[in-house]
Amino acid sequence: MDWEVILSDAVRSGIGPVAAAYALAAIGLNIHFGYTGLLNFGQVAFMLVGAYGVAVSVSTFGLSLWVGVLIGLACSVVLALLLGLPTLRLRAEYLAISTIAAGEILRLFYRSSWAEPVTGGVFGLQQFADEFYDINPVPRDRYGFWLIKYSSQDLWALLIAWGLVLLITVLVALLVHSPWGRVLRSIREDEDAARSLGKSVYSYKMQSLVLGGAIGSVGGMILAIDTQSVNPDSYDPVVTFFLYTLLVLGGAGRVLGPIVGAILFWMILTFFDSALRQAIGAGVIPQDVISAPEVGAVRLALVGLGLMLLMIFRPQGILGSRREMMLDVR
Amino acid sequence: MSVDLSAVAAEPGAAKPDPLLVVDGVSRSFGGLTAVHVEHLEIQRGTITSLIGPNGAGKSTLFNVLSGFDKADSGTWTFDGRPATGRAAHRMARRGLVRTFQLTKTLSKMTVLDNMKLAATGQRGEQVLPALLPPLWRRQEKEITGRADELLERFRLAHMRDEYAGTLSGGQRKLLEMARALMVRPTMIMLDEPMAGVNPALTQSLLGHITDLRDEGMTVCFVEHDMDVVMGISDWVVCLAEGRIVAEGPPSSVAKNPAVIDAYLGKQHDDPEARGDDEPAE
Repeated sequence: MDWEVILSDAVRSGIGPVAAAYALAAIGLNIHFGYTGLLNFGQVAFMLVGAYGVAVSVSTFGLSLWVGVLIGLACSVVLALLLGLPTLRLRAEYLAISTIAAGEILRLFYRSSWAEPVTGGVFGLQQFADEFYDINPVPRDRYGFWLIKYSSQDLWALLIAWGLVLLITVLVALLVHSPWGRVLRSIREDEDAARSLGKSVYSYKMQSLVLGGAIGSVGGMILAIDTQSVNPDSYDPVVTFFLYTLLVLGGAGRVLGPIVGAILFWMILTFFDSALRQAIGAGVIPQDVISAPEVGAVRLALVGLGLMLLMIFRPQGILGSRREMMLDVR
Repeated sequence: MSVDLSAVAAEPGAAKPDPLLVVDGVSRSFGGLTAVHVEHLEIQRGTITSLIGPNGAGKSTLFNVLSGFDKADSGTWTFDGRPATGRAAHRMARRGLVRTFQLTKTLSKMTVLDNMKLAATGQRGEQVLPALLPPLWRRQEKEITGRADELLERFRLAHMRDEYAGTLSGGQRKLLEMARALMVRPTMIMLDEPMAGVNPALTQSLLGHITDLRDEGMTVCFVEHDMDVVMGISDWVVCLAEGRIVAEGPPSSVAKNPAVIDAYLGKQHDDPEARGDDEPAE
């Protein structure tokens, strides 16, 4: 077993563009769930409309990538309004049910043969982000450290992805520490109390849903632009649950929770993946106990085990406050 | 007592010299049960009016309807001379009618100070774009913090200022809720059983605070089913039974009113024949 390879794989994944995309989507989810207490189980739907907003605009309609970005954002706002208008006046469960359904409906719709002329159906769309890489200012070279190497293209995507994470985190930090954020937290704690003090709870919930959804769609765009491809089946419901996992891991209701969570989540997942493959390759784990094709499932089981341990020993997540968590018990 | 109500007739639906809240024909039913059916009710400005009645009399339901937390099936009401029928709860609060809850609704995972600051109305930083620019709301925030600290001092919560509200005791939560309601600068404050589950010493202090509010010119209306508590401090008492107003008047007259005694003790209390009918068949 080559531990250096295993560890470098884990680090590469933890600081990779996918982790950045998940961090963005989780920042959005943190606004919903961590600050406002909205149960959005369909964050992946916002990622999907963001990714396809870009891809369809460029590939199908021949628009500029930057117009596509605006269209993706607009789609996420429309989706948030469609989900929020009928459900945000009702109890929390209704939003949860609607969002989980909307995520699946959108995925099935985008992959249907009826939508194929526009969305590419099951084949998805490719090569729509050339405009993004055309403005790459990073000189052609190999970059990196240790065993982790990047082309100039990779580095450019990585810089933009984490740059966006940073920018949006700063904006979110400003928002949640303002009186606006105070109203959101009061709604999470008890919306009737907020209402009795003159706050228009419905309007704040809607703002939260729209803002978090739009940030989620940016996560989807990063994912699409990084790989230059979209495929409906990469937006299945499990993505939302990964987002919840890493949010809880990092600490929900904490500004840096989603970032820490996303980095660690991908590091741990890749660590198990790489370690298992190495162990099987080196014969440490016999083929008939775990075979190579089973690694994908086993690593998720191990992550699940890790989460259970986290819930037992540190339920507030890495950045959360145990005192705050324990207030619920009283 | 700041307002003289001696000229007002002690009868259900009596007109007051300067009513702040006027209720007409409000009814609310749950399935077949009519929880509230109030023909006419006026609440005098600047007084402590208590709404009494046995459990299930519809006091809280009436409260919920008037404060916008429940919808009336029919009826109209005005607040401060302007129609208020069916207005949403947050609009009523902004217009100066603030309520508290029977089961206190402190915001556990926010500090006591944040609980207070939240309640200030008209905050510029509560809109999403100005929220991004702290200089736009920092001065207002300072003013609000000052006001919150004064109120915390007055309600003896200053030492808990930076603690999570979830760590407060039951009695402190009641105090916080009352103090928080005052941050809204209400003209009328509706307290839903403020004394429920509170020890006698704190009850006295809460009563003191309620009297202070009235003396500062606020209108207080509170719900209470324990008659003894209300008699000492109320300027006016309204008794509800089975959703209807059965009696109204100054505390002394209401306490002696047979309709009130009936409501609390049951109709048969001085009617031996009726009591006989009630005996279970062996």
